[in-house]
Amino acid sequence: MASLVGSRVERKEDTRFLQGKGRYTADINIANQTYAVFVRSPHARAKIKSVDTSKALKSSGVVGVLTGKEIAEDKIGGLIAGWAIRSEDGSEMKVPANPPLAKDVANFVGEPIAVVFAETLDEAKEGAEKVKVDYKVLKAVVDPAEAMKSDAIHDGVDKNLCYDWLLGDRKAVDEAFAKADKVIKVDLINNRLVPNAMEPRACVVDYNTASEEITLYTTSQNPHLSRLVMSAFGGVAPENKLRVVAPDVGGGFGSKINVYNEEIVCSWASKKIERPIKWVAERTESFLTDTHGRDHVTHAELAVTNDGKFLGFKNETIANLGAYARVFGTVTPTYLFGPCATGVYVIPAAYSNVKAVYTNTAPVDAYRGAGRPEATYTIERLVEKAAMELGMDKTEIRMKNFPTQFPFKQTLVHTVDSGDYVAGLEKAKQMADYAGFEARRKKSEANGKLRGIGVSSYFEACGIAPSAAVMSLGCGVGLWESAEVRFNPTGQISVFTGAHSHGQSHDTTFAQIAADELGVPMENIDVVHGDTDKGTFGMGTYGSRSLTVGGIAIVNACKKIVAKGKRVAAKMLEVNEDEIEFKDGEFVALKSNKKKTIGEVAFACYLPGQRDEMKSPIPEGDEPGLIESSFFDPANFSFPAGSHICEVEIDPDTGNVKVEKYTAVDDFGRIVNPMIVEGQVHGGIAQGIGQALHENTQYDETGQLMTASYMDYTMPRADNFPEFNLGFTCTHATSNPLGVKGCGEAGAIASPPTVMNAVIDALGGQEISMPATAEKVWKACKAMKKSNAKAA
Amino acid sequence: MTKITLEVNGKKVSKEVPDHTLLSVFLRDNLNLTGTHVGCDTSQCGACVVHVNGKSIKSCSTLAADVEGSKVTTIEGLAKDGKLHPMQAAFKKTHGLQCGYCTPGMVMSAVDLLQTKKNPSDQEIREWLEGNICRCTGYQNIVAAVKEAATKM
Repeated sequence: MASLVGSRVERKEDTRFLQGKGRYTADINIANQTYAVFVRSPHARAKIKSVDTSKALKSSGVVGVLTGKEIAEDKIGGLIAGWAIRSEDGSEMKVPANPPLAKDVANFVGEPIAVVFAETLDEAKEGAEKVKVDYKVLKAVVDPAEAMKSDAIHDGVDKNLCYDWLLGDRKAVDEAFAKADKVIKVDLINNRLVPNAMEPRACVVDYNTASEEITLYTTSQNPHLSRLVMSAFGGVAPENKLRVVAPDVGGGFGSKINVYNEEIVCSWASKKIERPIKWVAERTESFLTDTHGRDHVTHAELAVTNDGKFLGFKNETIANLGAYARVFGTVTPTYLFGPCATGVYVIPAAYSNVKAVYTNTAPVDAYRGAGRPEATYTIERLVEKAAMELGMDKTEIRMKNFPTQFPFKQTLVHTVDSGDYVAGLEKAKQMADYAGFEARRKKSEANGKLRGIGVSSYFEACGIAPSAAVMSLGCGVGLWESAEVRFNPTGQISVFTGAHSHGQSHDTTFAQIAADELGVPMENIDVVHGDTDKGTFGMGTYGSRSLTVGGIAIVNACKKIVAKGKRVAAKMLEVNEDEIEFKDGEFVALKSNKKKTIGEVAFACYLPGQRDEMKSPIPEGDEPGLIESSFFDPANFSFPAGSHICEVEIDPDTGNVKVEKYTAVDDFGRIVNPMIVEGQVHGGIAQGIGQALHENTQYDETGQLMTASYMDYTMPRADNFPEFNLGFTCTHATSNPLGVKGCGEAGAIASPPTVMNAVIDALGGQEISMPATAEKVWKACKAMKKSNAKAA
Repeated sequence: MTKITLEVNGKKVSKEVPDHTLLSVFLRDNLNLTGTHVGCDTSQCGACVVHVNGKSIKSCSTLAADVEGSKVTTIEGLAKDGKLHPMQAAFKKTHGLQCGYCTPGMVMSAVDLLQTKKNPSDQEIREWLEGNICRCTGYQNIVAAVKEAATKM
């Protein structure tokens, strides 16, 4: 039987999505439901003097109004930071309370203050208009670079500083810099982005007054984790009385990891008003309250020798957490950032110092790549600048500093198990026709255009796990993953996974894996996820972990099924277990060549007996049934890597930047479904190009979000991109039995520096910040013209 | 309240709704045709695209009353006799969708493109789809899907 792993299998989930049969949270309606509308702070920072709900309560159709006072009285807990980070001086991070409904003070525009439930959505909106909140407006802290010099926005958090974290050795770095021929310096802003999953957040809650069970349908990347947080920290209901279902979810990109205010409030309130509740965010609510991404201010330096060897690296970063620390908020700028900031290079000494600050803006958390795009942008801007200043070829300087031995003990934390960075860059050069660039540059010049080429080489630590490692770094939970494989009596198989698909194609790829392991057609396999009442516990999907952690749990559960099947088949065929071979879905007795299919064995496991004879196929010590589960906790992260090359052409008259060519060569280890992996890479590159050229989240000095709709925030469109040219190299991961590495975030990690290096190359080395909009680039072109004229 | 009568996916429907009911709301809440999605409320993202009298429009910014008496086709009405429409089949073949949220609008918009222009170039496809935002695919496989469908339609 041909292996399904490695094949371009069409997706199982497409049939329903393409016919409008997807079932997203907003598609769910429950009889007798009420509609929730939240009253949100219009101010970035304000004292809440009073909340008057009397008029709202009398408004037509309003069923109830609840505020921060009631939720505090009911002792419902707030939102949490998932990772505890320690400062360089050993002190613990400072985390303010984050109540689900603000009671005394509002800390960002959009923060919920009260909620109105009504018979119709229109009535709920009208009711919300009638809630009177008396605010005392305070001066907002908006700019992260200024936050430490501003008023403290939270009690007990001096200088708005959550932590001042250090990874690495300052002394060793100073010594390395003392030996340098040259020090390359960059000042960078990693622009704040809004993840913008196309499905706005939503929740539908149904409280069963008989069983006292709450069912929460929600747009989550990790329903089990949501239940855990809501139960353990929120105190909304015990875990066995809280069912969280994340049905079809329309994209996440990190923004649907957190449990949000609205989910906690509606779950709590549904029990209180004894009615089902539906809440669906409008796009502007998503902009205001979904967790944002990035937002770093960085100064970094690279110590080099004249022949291009790297000696030392340092990085001083201010990371904006927004108003509150959320689940991955504190780890994103530390352990997901610092270790990767030395990139794919041998750098003997390095440190990263990160000061994480609170501001009166939406909370910042994981967004596709989480910390690793910021890290890669930092090192790859430095490396490209070093090549320019040393007059070296930008690929030669990279090759010169790549490790060639694996495992590679990276400077700060990770031991990278496998890779071949030279092969990746060589292949990218060849695919991009790197050698032919100068001719293309001349051709553009002849047309009055500026052409630039940019390179970036990256590695990243993903497949987030192993539990012992992440918990030692401050993670509040273990990051293993679970699976259960249920062989039903008549041969169909349900594969339960704790991972969650919101675009990642698990229905298909996980079925491919299980089909190969069990030797059955993948049509017989259904992948089940997203419901805490179905299957075992799970940690969900983020950090490119579903395949490398969750997929392996499926493999291991399947192996247990086969192992039990072997024992049962041996008894059925009356031979010893070691005389049985399992191949292509059949248990074969090697000597007699007698066979039992896995379907027959499964059937026998459920019907273990026969008429007229006292005889069971179940061996002593085994039980009937054929269901196995597995919790997999890998020994290491997975480390995808690669090199990307981009060519841009700039029209100096308009400042318009056109991405002319984009080549990506990635090493994801063994690939389960090339078609799906290519799709992940395309999407990642597009988001990265979005960051480099189009997207920016802009608050004004009072903390009002100026980019709160698609009229103001530039979402990349189809005509912003060329056709991406993809290639792959392959070194197997050694930390999992499939040899797979994560692929979901790589594109978004590698592409921002690749594009910016190309833009800056076209601009003759002039620094420019992301996003390189037409206005900024046009100004840079003008400055360039002036300085060229002066030089002449 | 206004009585709205439409022919939706070949069936005549008639409902009494508030005057300001948007076509997207009418389809989703009154007819339970939840394949039409709402992604932005400002007529930018195109998740809500349906056909009215054969032409693609954004249903989130169209009043149901404004299309009174029209023939409306939604994503649910595209497949015929259990067989995917060539555009749907092409999206599946080329992996033109991931999370599936923008997909209904993207497919409806792409079908209208091929009705308007038989064999569009890559650039023409990309420009036509400017009003449909996808956050997952980077659009490459969507462009491939439209080209694939063009050979079948």
